[in-house]
This record gives sequence, structure tokens and C-alpha cells, in this order.
Amino acid sequence: MIRRLLIVNRGEIALRIVRAAQESGLVSIIAHSEADTDTLAVQRADEAVCIGPAQASKSYLNIPAIIEAAKACQADAVHPGYGFLSESADFARAVKEAGMVFIGPDAEIIARMGDKAMARQTAIEAGVPVVPGSPHAVKGLDDALAVVESVGFPLLIKAAAGGGGRGIRIAEDRDALGKQLPLAQAEAQASFGDGRVYLERFISSARHIEVQVLGDGKRAVHFFERECSLQRRRQKVFEEAPSSALDSATRKALCESAVALTEHVGYVGAGTLEYLFDDTTGEFFFIEMNTRIQVEHPVTEMITGVDLVREMIRLACGQALRMTQSDISLKGWAIEMRINAEDPERDFFPSPGTVKRLIWPAGPGIRIDSGLYEGYKMPPFYDSLVAKLIVWDEDRECALKRAGRALDEFQLEGFSTTASLHRRLVEDPQVKEGAIDTTFLERWLAEPASSHVHAKEVIDEQ
Amino acid sequence: MTKPEIQAPFPGVFYRKSSPDAPVYVEEGQVVQVGDVIGLIEVMKQFVELKAEVSGTLLHFSVDNETVLEAGDVIATMEMNE
Repeated sequence: MIRRLLIVNRGEIALRIVRAAQESGLVSIIAHSEADTDTLAVQRADEAVCIGPAQASKSYLNIPAIIEAAKACQADAVHPGYGFLSESADFARAVKEAGMVFIGPDAEIIARMGDKAMARQTAIEAGVPVVPGSPHAVKGLDDALAVVESVGFPLLIKAAAGGGGRGIRIAEDRDALGKQLPLAQAEAQASFGDGRVYLERFISSARHIEVQVLGDGKRAVHFFERECSLQRRRQKVFEEAPSSALDSATRKALCESAVALTEHVGYVGAGTLEYLFDDTTGEFFFIEMNTRIQVEHPVTEMITGVDLVREMIRLACGQALRMTQSDISLKGWAIEMRINAEDPERDFFPSPGTVKRLIWPAGPGIRIDSGLYEGYKMPPFYDSLVAKLIVWDEDRECALKRAGRALDEFQLEGFSTTASLHRRLVEDPQVKEGAIDTTFLERWLAEPASSHVHAKEVIDEQ
Repeated sequence: MTKPEIQAPFPGVFYRKSSPDAPVYVEEGQVVQVGDVIGLIEVMKQFVELKAEVSGTLLHFSVDNETVLEAGDVIATMEMNE
């Protein structure tokens, strides 16, 4: 068993892991940059160690500096959180070679599932449906055209090494494919140092639904799905669990496919399998696996009552899963609203600043994951996510109402946030109906605000 | 002749070039037109172009490449051509 856990991350997730470590009886040590000496995670952790300058490339992404710090503070395990080095096979390998436990799967699994083409091939082997597309990276146009027969148009040209929405082009027809393919390959080579691209069917109205799993290398269990269709520039904004799009038979088939793939690769730890769900046909297709804890994991914790971060620490230490599938049940509905330091009135321009006044919502069914405190000055170097407001209630309708109530209680002065966007979203008739797909939010934002139901008007009517 | 200063409109990291290997956008002493890109400011993982608001000669930069700025910090001094 481990005793001293080094947490190589910042912000709310660093604090989240400190809490799990302390509850697990571990000494929590935060590895932080020079810009993050005064974060709440550093204050709450048992110890802290500086790993380098503000720029992430010199600190949170600097593997030699992190390994050196880990050794110096006698850590016996390293938790990477999300983002930064959380899906770096090189980092996982370096941690292991230094004689420490990496809180995540083996480097080989990270590399295998991190490569989209390999992940897709692995899913096919495990009998999990994938979006119809090229079985391997396509070389020239002839190779691509041979695949078009089964894929159809419109189709996506995706870089094997891409991610987060980068390295994707759409081709409407053969002519477009002929023009786009060499460009996509050159772009992939330039952006990722890997020119391989593959083709897949473009599903015009898709929901983003993902399944949370835990595995111990022999066995895996799922914790139902999350729906993350509300996205802007392919970044999730608002997530919920479960999804309003699935009936119980589809949910069972989806979640069981995730378990099959997780067991097929002998996965250890917490993981998420992302799927596209085609609303018109009811089909689901595996797209990729994230081999880490995710930002939106709290909604799953709220509906299942399981602490996923504590469990992933246990699993990384070689312990067997403590539960079977029948021990895990779904109760109620949970919503997570990402509070970003961005101004929705100024096209989501970053708005770093100092917290002048802060009142969190409270009461039944509310959870706040955040590193903010009054007086905290946010550095301009990192991601704009500053808080996650999570609510749970008996059903979706109640959860949306509770989300509105929580947002009304939330007061933050010092900079703009996306809280005002969420206040409008939870009152929107289409959001209330669950009539959303991955393009909904951007279309909604492009509409004049006067066509939306304003939170203020709703309050006035009551 | 007036010598307007170019200030950081928001906090962030200032870059004089588009990538580490690229040439600088503007050399000291170079003439720039309204709208010419002078540098980039990185704030919360977004890169925003800093553009000249007046035409004239960029006399000198007050900060180096990769300097961390607060809003209002002086980045460069211009000399307007009369």
C-alpha cells in the first residue's frame, strides 16, 4: 500500500484529489508551479513542492522536474488528475521506472487507447460498435475511395493523433474528399508530427454520451452514462447523468459494451468510453476512451454514491474491485455546470481577476468543486475552469429547477463567469425537454438572446 | 510629435513572434500601420493578437518576449508620423 501521494495538477481537480487522499489515509503532496503557490489545493494539502515556472511546459508538463520532485519528497505514488500529463504514456512509464505507483492504467494501455486508430481497432475486436469508417489509416485517394463505399458521405477526415476537436475536416462528396485529403494529411503531419488520417461517417445530429468504468485488470464494472452534448467549440459546458435519450434497453446495451471493451484490454483504474448516439436511428458508436478521471466525474458520483477518485487510487495499488455490477444502482439525476472565467457577453473572452466576494450555493443536493476563495488572484496561464457547480435531485425536472435555485444563490464578484449562461440554459424549453445534440449550444448562442426565455423574466412571473 | 504607448489590455503572457522559430512580428524602429499585428498575448490558453491602433514608428519594446503582463502594463512606445 502507498503512503505518500504526489498530485501533479492544479485548480479544482488538485483539491478533489487532496480530499480523496486525506480520506484514504494518505499524505497528500501538491506539485505546483511558481504561479500556483497560493491555491486552495496547496493550502489544504499536507505538503507542497514547487516543480517549476508558471508556463505549464516548464512545470506541469515537465516530466524530469516532476520525477525529481517526487523522489525528493519521498512520494510513493503519483496522481496526474486530468489534462496536462494525465494521458501521457511517457509520464506513466517514467513514474513506474522511478519505483512509484502511477494512479492510472499502464503506459501500454494509455498509448493503445490514446491512438484513435488503435482504439477503434481494439473496439472492433471487442465487438463494440464503431462509427462506420476506414479500418486503417488511409493512404492516397484511391485507398480512401475504396472505403467510401461502406462509409458514405458526408464523412469526416480525422487525424490519428488529433484530439479535442483538432485535426478534423468534413468532406461532402468525392470532389471535396480529393481536395481535403492531402490537406488533412499535411496538416496532421505539421500539427501532430503524424500524417496518418482515417475516414468515418459524419453523423449530423449526434449526442455525446459516455460511460464511466472501473477495472481491476480482470474484471470491470460500469457506473452508467453521462450526457455531455452541450458543448461550445467542442468543449463540454454542461453535463448530466443519466442521459434523457436512452431507454433502459439501450442503456443496458451501451453500458455492457463499455464493460466488454474495458475487460478486453485488461484495464486497471477509472476510464471513460465516449460514444456518439444517433438520435434518429438509436444507434451508438464508440469513438474514444479517456484513460483518466474526467472533469465531469462528479455527476456519476452523485447518481451512484461511489467515490471514483478513492476507488481509482485503490485499483492502481493493485487491489481488486470492491463491487460487482449488481451493487451499483442509478438513483436520481445529476447536473454539472462548468463555471469558467469567461465572459459570455464578450464571446467567452477569458476574464482572469481577483475574487472580491464569494458566496457559494448550499442546501440539499448541492456540491461545489472549486479552488476559489475570497482574495484569490487567478493566474492567466491556465484553463479558465474555476468551479463546478453540481446538483442532484430525484429526477431531471427537479434537478434543473434546483440548478436554477443554486445559480441564484451563487454570488461571485471580481470577474465574469459562465454562470449567467447556465442560468439561461436551465430555463430553456428545449433544454428542459432534453432536445439537445452536440450542435445545440452553438446554434442557441448564435440566436438573439431575446428569443430565449430569460431567467429574469421567469423570476418576475413567479 | 506624440509618443503613444501600447498597453496590455488584459493580463497574460506577451509574445513577439507567432511561434518560437518564427521571426518577430515587428522590429524596433519599424513603421507599422493601424491593424498590424505587434505581438500575441496568451491568456488562459487563448492567443489574442495585439494590433497597432495608430500608424507610426514602433520606437521600442518595454518588455521582452514571454514576459508576464498585468493589464495596463506598457508593452511598447510608438512615434506617430505627422
